[in-house]
Amino acid sequence: MSAPAVRREIPYRYRLMGTKCLNCGALFHPPQRICPKCGSKDLVEEELAWRGRLVAYTVIRRPPKGYEDYKPYIVGLIELKDGKLILAQIVDCDIEEVRPGLKLEATFRRIREDGKSGIIEYGYKFRPVIEWNWQKKPNPEK
Amino acid sequence: MKPLSAVGIVGYAGYIPIYRIKAAEIGRVWGTGCKYPIIEKAVAAIDEDATTMAVEAARYAVARAQINPEEIGAIYVGSESKPYAVKPSGTIVAEALGISSQLLAADYEFACKAGTEAFQTCIALVASGMVKYGMAIGADTAQGRPSDELEFTAASGAAAFIFGKKSEETIAYVEGTHSYSTDTPDFWRRPEEPYPSHYWRFTGKPAYFKHVLSAAKGLMEELNLTPDDFDYAVFHQPNTKFPLAAAKMLGIEEEKIKPGLLVPIIGNTYSASSPLGLAATLDVAKPGDRILMVSYGSGAGSDAFSFVVQEAIEWKRPLAPPIAAFVNRKKLVDYACYTRYRRKLRK
Repeated sequence: MSAPAVRREIPYRYRLMGTKCLNCGALFHPPQRICPKCGSKDLVEEELAWRGRLVAYTVIRRPPKGYEDYKPYIVGLIELKDGKLILAQIVDCDIEEVRPGLKLEATFRRIREDGKSGIIEYGYKFRPVIEWNWQKKPNPEK
Repeated sequence: MKPLSAVGIVGYAGYIPIYRIKAAEIGRVWGTGCKYPIIEKAVAAIDEDATTMAVEAARYAVARAQINPEEIGAIYVGSESKPYAVKPSGTIVAEALGISSQLLAADYEFACKAGTEAFQTCIALVASGMVKYGMAIGADTAQGRPSDELEFTAASGAAAFIFGKKSEETIAYVEGTHSYSTDTPDFWRRPEEPYPSHYWRFTGKPAYFKHVLSAAKGLMEELNLTPDDFDYAVFHQPNTKFPLAAAKMLGIEEEKIKPGLLVPIIGNTYSASSPLGLAATLDVAKPGDRILMVSYGSGAGSDAFSFVVQEAIEWKRPLAPPIAAFVNRKKLVDYACYTRYRRKLRK
């Protein structure tokens, strides 16, 4: 991708920024300037939910150009907590352990790079939710 | 060095990638001895680098700080494994966090102490009133030449700290900081070289210990404190032996450095090493506890800090994952996967 195109897509790739139609309430990612559902031009920026559940997935073993280093990789359809469906790579998860229903959260990763000297594209991928519970983890040492 | 007005940590967090390789696995491949400097080290995934890890830590730090990220006026990222030779990492972090473009940003390099240099800059900017909040990040995907001693420990991780004026919102305030730097060539990397070089035993007494102890003693002298005044201590962790020895030389009990001693289980995360240790210590500290942190960067220098934990730790701590959550989240990889993830294979 060209440098201007990478720059243009930063808000929705880095921060899951979409647009919401104020007329019909539909949420879009990537952002739309005119609502494809109702034709309204009354849209505002809205960040998508960062967590969701895996609905379906596939494993890419013959990737398109620029993604070869990451193969084989999982691409999943994720239903976010705000109801939006999003396609993304699933990382930190072995192919043997991925399953629909898996709780996922957005993470910031390298998407691809333009050779050794070109731009590095960054953006969202999803990983299994990092669980923590402070109540269950008191200080064992002191 | 004491800030002219009181400054504290508003939010902090760390990030450690999921993959680990056992030191014994590296030893198996290279046929080296059976006594290893650590148990296992953290390995960044193939799509992770110092900047992606910096973003992860920074997002959690903002969540814990409970501030509007647009109020962060400065971001400094300390790293010796920047994904770009020329192009700042801080601007990528800022975009990922939605921070305003009215921003000071730069990357720092001073081997393993680049992260704590960022601490000092942010403390000074906040103390002078030039920015409301400043974020300091230490992040590295450290590289060790295959079969070299460094390969057993060079690991990946990041830690982010947000500084602001001392208030009821600050988790711990800064009592002072003290630096000690000399031209000591114990470890270096020339341009276009993929791996650093080091001067074996020279990295110990004249390098690590001289600088760490001098900075720590200088700080204590300046603040009129003794080792007994500190409830916890964190030293830079190139291996398990050095920080334990530094504590002993200063007369600090081993128990005080244990909560922040992560190196046996995650390795030397370079610029993130002592900041991650501080984060792990803040995870267990109580209000009123005093924490000593001393970084070390080859080349060489040390930055020492004294922090006093405040009440806000109690309610802010649960707002982001503890370091233990990252330490316990792990997948072991073998040497073959490790060489692929860390791009040691040339295509």
